Amino acid sequence: MSEEPILSVKGVSKSFGGLKALMDVSFDVQRGEVFGIIGPNGSGKTTIINCITGFIKTQTGHVYFKGKEITGWKPHKIADAGIARTFQIMRPYYSLPAYKNLIIPLWSPRARKTGGWRGGGKHGDRDTVAVDILEEIGFERDSRVPYKLSSTLPTGYQKRLELARCMALRPEIIFCDEVFSGLSMSEIAGMLPLIEKMRDEGITLIMVEHRLRELFRVATKVMALNFGEKITEGEPSFVIEDKRVREAYLGAEGV
Amino acid sequence: MEQMRKERIDRGLKVRTEGLYAISSYREILYLMGPRLLLIVGVLALPFIFELAPYWKRVINIMFVYALLALSFDFLANYVGLVCLGGAFLTGVGGYFSAIYNVYLGFPFYLAIPCATISGAVLCTLCLLPCLPLRGVYFAIVTLMYPLLFTRIIEALDIFGGTNGITGVDGFPNQYVEHYIIILVVIGFLFGMRRFVNQDIGLVLRGVKDNDQSVKASGIDITRMKVLAVFVASLIGCFGGAYMAHLYMWAGISLFALDFSIIPIASVVIGGGGTLVGAVIGSFILVPLSEILRAFGTFRIVIYCVILTGFIVFKSEGLMIYMQRKYHQFERWVKV
Repeated sequence: MSEEPILSVKGVSKSFGGLKALMDVSFDVQRGEVFGIIGPNGSGKTTIINCITGFIKTQTGHVYFKGKEITGWKPHKIADAGIARTFQIMRPYYSLPAYKNLIIPLWSPRARKTGGWRGGGKHGDRDTVAVDILEEIGFERDSRVPYKLSSTLPTGYQKRLELARCMALRPEIIFCDEVFSGLSMSEIAGMLPLIEKMRDEGITLIMVEHRLRELFRVATKVMALNFGEKITEGEPSFVIEDKRVREAYLGAEGV
Repeated sequence: MEQMRKERIDRGLKVRTEGLYAISSYREILYLMGPRLLLIVGVLALPFIFELAPYWKRVINIMFVYALLALSFDFLANYVGLVCLGGAFLTGVGGYFSAIYNVYLGFPFYLAIPCATISGAVLCTLCLLPCLPLRGVYFAIVTLMYPLLFTRIIEALDIFGGTNGITGVDGFPNQYVEHYIIILVVIGFLFGMRRFVNQDIGLVLRGVKDNDQSVKASGIDITRMKVLAVFVASLIGCFGGAYMAHLYMWAGISLFALDFSIIPIASVVIGGGGTLVGAVIGSFILVPLSEILRAFGTFRIVIYCVILTGFIVFKSEGLMIYMQRKYHQFERWVKV
């Protein structure tokens, strides 16, 4: 490939005590891709996100973002560089209303640098920008929803709020840790266009997902993990046909 | 028998969310301003109300010092999520700094107190810096330990007057200065902090309490935010200590007494955590109460404990939260 990958992971390993969570995982993500990471429970999907975004330290291996090594950086520094992430277990800032949740990312150094919040004048204050972002992500501006305490929001909105928090940073890469899990079919149907919109805006998306059908609708490339090892990588249609992927999901006898 | 339940309805003042009001008449302005004005006027009038009781005027000063400490505790615990058990650390450091500036360097009190407040806050923040990146109980344990450590250091090395303390600290020129310095500072910090926690930067601090991982993922260095919060809280506490050194005209190891750590926490429990004003009201109740109970000798601890336990069991939300709810909502009985 001629273009330099926006994110390049080389030989990342991580073990918790005796448990090897990741073994020598390497992959490249090109700019503008929707990169899916799939695998059965405990295969290390979330661990690899935590390793890349600095929430846990990798033991071996290197992570490069736009050609620059970011291995071992602090999480806030990685986010500041342009890699945002959602959390699998959504924990909004419970004591704040939904729109006030976005003040925190909008206050961050990155948002000030990238123009996520330009400040003052015709752009209004952070509250205005926050409501704008929420509207983009599917909160009805004139309803009560954006002003409700975030702890009282339904799951679908809390997931959207997680995405909105990432969007406020104007990142180059967003890691989505199971954004579809726990949502009803209609809520997922509402989320998919958002994902597509982000992709169209040129944000590189890396999605960890259990819901394969929905993932394969948007993903351009998929990597499969099992027991911390990379099994295969490629086009969604290629990966789903792979024998080892089927074995991993269904168990050896199931095939 | 018909079953009844209590229905609560918000008054029509709030617009969409907390903190936004639509005001359309003088009555509504008065409704919002009333409690705040009552507090300010009441507090300013206190020295005159007790004009003929010099002993109680003394108690008032101490009460306001505890109010400051409670404010500092409430801010750290309920807005940043750091439980500080070391109010005594702040008063001790502030008090000693002010005494040193005043006695050894000859600063007048109006210079010594601000300098002591700032340098004390810097020292406290530096001392607490190592445990700020950690999550969990470490911060609480370390803050509890520091006053003991500093007491022992002063005793063992016999510095700053050793067990006798630093004597000959300047007092205040007259009792009105004495009262109004602390009263105005309490009002200033109370309303200042209330504003601060609702600013954007205050929201970031509250985010650190709710979910520090998510703040990190938003590209904000949470250690730096905690340092800022501890510094602000230390400013409040160190001022209290510096003021006390001049009030007693003496700075000794009793400025590191456990009372300064415990009573503010109890005040916050009684007043209602997270309201800031509750912390102040709580110390207005507790400090005079413990003075009244002084007549009972050591038995006062028992009464004190019974009252505290009663509050925790029956009104664990605290007075202020209860009163705010009563004030802001209509209540009526309706059929189920």
